[in-house]
Amino acid sequence: MNFFLFQIFPYIAIAVFALGSILRFDRDPYSWRSKSSQLLRKKQLIIGSVLFHLGIITILAGHAVGLLTPIAVFDALGISHSFKQILAMSAGGIAGVFCFIGLVMLLHRRLFDPRIRATSSFSDISVLVLLLAQLCLGMYTITVSMHHLDGHEMVKFMEWAQHIATFRGGAHEYLLDVAMVFKLHITLGMFILFVWPFTRLVHVFSAPVGFIFRPYQIVRKREA
Amino acid sequence: MKIRAQIGMVLNLDKCIGCHTCSVTCKNVWTSREGMEYAWFNNVETKPGVGFPKEWENQEKWNGGWHRKSNGKIQPKQGGRWRILAKIFGNPDMPEIDDYYEPFTFDYDHLQKAKESKAQPTARPRSLVSGKRMEKIEWGPNWEEILGTEFEHRRKDYNFKDMEEEMYGEFENTFMMYLPRLCEHCLNPTCVASCPSGSIYKREEDGVVLVDQDKCRGWRMCVSGCPYKKIYYNWKSGKAEKCTLCYPRLENGEPTVCSETCVGRIRYLGVMLYDADRIEEAASTPNEEDLYEAQCDIFLDPHDPEVIAQARKDGIPENWITGAQDSPIYKMAMDWKVALPLHPEYRTLPMVWYIPPLSPIQNAVEKGGIPMTENGIMPDIDKMRIPVKYLANLLTAGKEEPVVRALKRMMAMRQYMRGVLVEGGPNQEILDEVDLTEELVKDMYKIMALANYEDRYVIPTGHREETLDAYGESGSCGFSFGNGCSSHSNSDIELFENPKSWRGPSASGKDNRVNTLFTQGKTSTSGGCGSGGCGCK
Repeated sequence: MNFFLFQIFPYIAIAVFALGSILRFDRDPYSWRSKSSQLLRKKQLIIGSVLFHLGIITILAGHAVGLLTPIAVFDALGISHSFKQILAMSAGGIAGVFCFIGLVMLLHRRLFDPRIRATSSFSDISVLVLLLAQLCLGMYTITVSMHHLDGHEMVKFMEWAQHIATFRGGAHEYLLDVAMVFKLHITLGMFILFVWPFTRLVHVFSAPVGFIFRPYQIVRKREA
Repeated sequence: MKIRAQIGMVLNLDKCIGCHTCSVTCKNVWTSREGMEYAWFNNVETKPGVGFPKEWENQEKWNGGWHRKSNGKIQPKQGGRWRILAKIFGNPDMPEIDDYYEPFTFDYDHLQKAKESKAQPTARPRSLVSGKRMEKIEWGPNWEEILGTEFEHRRKDYNFKDMEEEMYGEFENTFMMYLPRLCEHCLNPTCVASCPSGSIYKREEDGVVLVDQDKCRGWRMCVSGCPYKKIYYNWKSGKAEKCTLCYPRLENGEPTVCSETCVGRIRYLGVMLYDADRIEEAASTPNEEDLYEAQCDIFLDPHDPEVIAQARKDGIPENWITGAQDSPIYKMAMDWKVALPLHPEYRTLPMVWYIPPLSPIQNAVEKGGIPMTENGIMPDIDKMRIPVKYLANLLTAGKEEPVVRALKRMMAMRQYMRGVLVEGGPNQEILDEVDLTEELVKDMYKIMALANYEDRYVIPTGHREETLDAYGESGSCGFSFGNGCSSHSNSDIELFENPKSWRGPSASGKDNRVNTLFTQGKTSTSGGCGSGGCGCK
């Protein structure tokens, strides 16, 4: 079970995540959108959405940097494991609170506003529920981490992530004896990647950074 | 100088009877779909009123259009690029559906299926968004029809700017006019500038502004960017949709649906040539009141040999140059100066223009005659029921002279032609008063008063043959692989490479059709729906 969840399933999830997204973009570009429901109800959306997005972007950036940066780099920079652990817990915790408030507002709006509820698909609601569950698990890990502030547990996750990312075997062995909540958090995270291409989450790929660099006006010739 | 051509429209408000035929035919063709029930690419407003959506003209509220910064540069009023991106998670400037109206239907079924009762069964309203019962319909797309709702609400009309609007709430002074509205297909559109994914564009050939539906990600910045609020968010598909100026019809030389069906014959379509290099300069004109003139300045005279030569150089087809020469739009906007832009102060350089409406002269009965100007030749424009200032706020950013000139010329045309046809002799004095010649006024009469079909719509056909090899169109849409007109197939064999992209080139190199003689050619254009683009592209 451990082997499947932390050695095999990550690759399945990432494969579905990548291939599914490419397929959807290629095959059905019309369906590729953010699915904003702001038009139907502004209330709760603006604050909720801003808090949620700022929070989750910070958290994801933190995960990416924290898990995938080789340990040697931190050592070279002189950042101790315990310092990194505390930084991750505090920055992640604050962003997590932002994200939590935002998510609860968005989920409440989606479930209890008649207009939004009526126009929501199963995936619209489940995405919010999944993210909220994942966020709660993630926040709960902070309390667990309180017991090992020296950062040795965290190093296990870094090792695991980096083994996965570099296609090395034995990744799952790092996670044999970590707390249950971490295992749940990782499994759910992989599951979210797994369903990603089939939900509105694909809009993340379309973050319009190119907008900053383009001229205001666009003139196109008729399609050739 | 870089010459581009644009299909422009003029609406003669003097003849609009407010019948909404344009709106209804447009709706039937374009927006009778789920998610777009509330959207009207064309709507007719009764003015004064707050309009549709509510108070759309109040840019202090909605932040649409452009803002001229102190350094003389312009940027969208809702913010520059960074600021627009900062608003992407929640757009504070975007109207909610209630600012338009919650779309509804009625329980018609109940009329047939109700059990026997003492009272007649009724069909009660139901929301088309949530499907829930609506106890009361609070607002609709045309709630202010013929001065509906109380004046206290309608006085918020932004065109009352710098006017003492209270007096127009009094019965004796009240006035009204119709304003049919559609996308302005601006030369300097803010919707295009605001789109984070770059999906909105202006077509080079005819100036139509379109949303690429496959590229739109639903960031909804265009909705707030457009000061005319003529981009609509489809809540079902999550995409922005807008008036397409019926481009499939235009390309065939046919007028738009709204124009074709206009019973008052108030709409005109024609080509305008303009200098694309001077768009930004014109839009950045310091004084708002000068924007109307600045836009006129970048329109080019299609009879000028230099302009014709340059137009040819810039690839304007010959039939478009002759179209520009016969264009009723050019005549009304430039030769006669009777057509004016809608809210030029938004700095978008709109291309749907309006001829202001004449209205009855006030106090005619009391004074025992029509009040005339001092020399007694023309009725006094300032005594018209619709205040000139109101029209100026609507059409020329508050500058009254162009409005007065337009109204006077229309009045002069009427008086002159009355002289010719009824009173038995032309009155040259009237024409001198408004700087018109006999030739011009006869042409005005022909185009504005008689308004024959071929005079109203001078639309050169598009040159599809230059962008598309029609040979390749056959067999590409309809009986194609997989999901019909989509360029993306559901073929079991191909995962990423579209079967349609394996194409042999024809002589022109533009063939889209599968060629059985030359396989696996290099021209792999993955054009959906042939290459024309299906639907709203």
